[in-house]
Amino acid sequence: MHKLWASTYKEMLLLIRDLGGIAILFIMPMLLLIVITLVQDSTFKTINNIKIPVLLVDNDKGEVSKSIIDNLSESNSFEILQKTTEDEAKNAVFSGKYQLAIIIPENLSASLQKKVNQNVEGILSKFGLEEDNSLVEKEAIPAKEVRLYFDPATQLSFKSSVKNGIDKMISKIETQSIYKAFQTELGEEDAVPIFDTESFISFKEVRQTKGNREIIPNSAQHNVPAWALFAIFFIVVPLSINLVKEKNQGTFVRLRTQPVNYATVLGGKTIVYLVVCLIQFTLMLLVGIFLFPAIGLPQLDVSGKLPMLYAVALFSGLAAIGLGLLLGTIAKTQEQSAPFGAIMVVILAALGGVWVPVFVMPKLMQSISKISPMNWGLEAFYDVFLRNVNFVKILPEISLLLLFFIITILIAIIYNQKKNAV
Amino acid sequence: MIQINQLSKKYKGAEYFSVNDLDLTIETGEIYGLLGPNGAGKTTLISMLTSLLKPTSGSFTIGGFNFREHKNQLKQLIGIVPQEYALYPTLTAFENLEYFGSMYGIKGAALKKSIIEHLEIMGLSKFATKKTATFSGGMKRRVNLIAGILHQPKVLFLDEPTVGVDVQSKNVIIDHLKFLNQQGTTIVYTSHHLIEAEVFCTRVAIIDQGEIIIKGIPSELIKAQAGANNLEDVFLAQTGKALRDYA
Repeated sequence: MHKLWASTYKEMLLLIRDLGGIAILFIMPMLLLIVITLVQDSTFKTINNIKIPVLLVDNDKGEVSKSIIDNLSESNSFEILQKTTEDEAKNAVFSGKYQLAIIIPENLSASLQKKVNQNVEGILSKFGLEEDNSLVEKEAIPAKEVRLYFDPATQLSFKSSVKNGIDKMISKIETQSIYKAFQTELGEEDAVPIFDTESFISFKEVRQTKGNREIIPNSAQHNVPAWALFAIFFIVVPLSINLVKEKNQGTFVRLRTQPVNYATVLGGKTIVYLVVCLIQFTLMLLVGIFLFPAIGLPQLDVSGKLPMLYAVALFSGLAAIGLGLLLGTIAKTQEQSAPFGAIMVVILAALGGVWVPVFVMPKLMQSISKISPMNWGLEAFYDVFLRNVNFVKILPEISLLLLFFIITILIAIIYNQKKNAV
Repeated sequence: MIQINQLSKKYKGAEYFSVNDLDLTIETGEIYGLLGPNGAGKTTLISMLTSLLKPTSGSFTIGGFNFREHKNQLKQLIGIVPQEYALYPTLTAFENLEYFGSMYGIKGAALKKSIIEHLEIMGLSKFATKKTATFSGGMKRRVNLIAGILHQPKVLFLDEPTVGVDVQSKNVIIDHLKFLNQQGTTIVYTSHHLIEAEVFCTRVAIIDQGEIIIKGIPSELIKAQAGANNLEDVFLAQTGKALRDYA
């Protein structure tokens, strides 16, 4: 116990003597969290609150194009900028000045009306409701297309959501035209609608509640756990460097000649770096709670969750430390341990769902992600932050994190024993 | 005190044995010098005796403890002063010694007293709270020595303990080693300073290509070697003048 305490004290001294290192350990993760949340929050606002300038070429100048323009304007997502020619709009978008251009074809309103009337008349005549029942040869009306031009740098998800939105809007205009045509053919007054054109089926998101309060996740609830976990796992880099440094400066050689086991040496490092992880986590929570609202970001809600959050942070920290100690044990130089550690953490983060949700990954990657300790940690954090679960529900995830720590430490000790066996 | 039996070491991929079938007995209270040109196998031998390297074959005991069966007792019995400065540069001299002393199981007031006494003897008292990164080579060597003797080992292994230090530091180190020897510590030491070894050691062994070529009391070895005036003459006569470069 005395040796473990001495090792811990020594590690603490080594750490606090490296002020630059401490600053990096604590400030960089906070900076990362703030930047990522600002970026992600603004992306969220891009879709919901901020108006995206959209170029529109109206070659129709009819009712349908007016309806499209009105709908786009009312959506509060787009700011319509009219252009006169398709080429002008296309060049502006392809050069990256605008993200989207919509080209409404010539005679769209007239053609749609003609097509709808033709169909409605056809139906009514089949039912014998048309005054002139003689079979008239149908005029061929060519299909019209609304062209969309996207900036090649536009993200696929944005393209897809815009395409879906416009598709839905066009469908609605078509439906309304059909209703209107029926009403006209049936000789009813336009002022008194016989068809209710509003959507019959609607949807409502039902959110989880706590007591009488509805739990509404915000970008802070999503980002803080993900990036806190990322920062916790980055402890792998300084920790592995710490071990390699000891080997290179000869102190490890002296330790090997002393009556102290490797587990004690690792134990001292584990305790100190676990405290570092928990301080990092605390700072990130404080950023979420106090700094985020001050810079216009949503506040992090930790009410009633702190004990479970710290439990997840503690076991995530252990898993990260286990990985760092294993890497430091195996690596011979800092040139091996630092880049390998950093890239490993990025890979684990990608697999764990920190950047892209696991459910959108290909099947194989989804299976692989299940063996990423960052996935266990992230799921446990989401359970606490967003799913409002109790301690029992996070037990499987934190047990896996603990198991990962035990296995990595055991491998490190066995490797060291084999490597330095006498 | 130290009994070495047919000890050999061949590194992975090496063509030759670095230590080859070596037998040696070192008695309690001796100052035993292991001398030899570069690559002769001195450091390899010391590394095996201090549990840093696994022998390819053979065995040894220190103070009656077999290196395989009583590893921890053996480690408690020995002290080592490695060739490199095995110190944490950002820790002070006192903090370094406190840590390494703790690893031998010394604690509390006894540890503190031992550190203060040793720093005093080595002339480092006023630098106790300074980081070792700021120390000169000679000062680091002295702290390095203290780290190996805080627990009062029965056997002290020194690998080139005076290399790269000024005459003053060398004298302090050698004087203290003599004092420790008088207190009963057996000393095993490697060096390239043959004049120093001639005066300091009670017995020496000249090693070349992993084998002991000659061993005995320095004065007797000089006497026995025709035309030799000192240990260096014996050394050159035994090992030749060819350069020993290895890569």
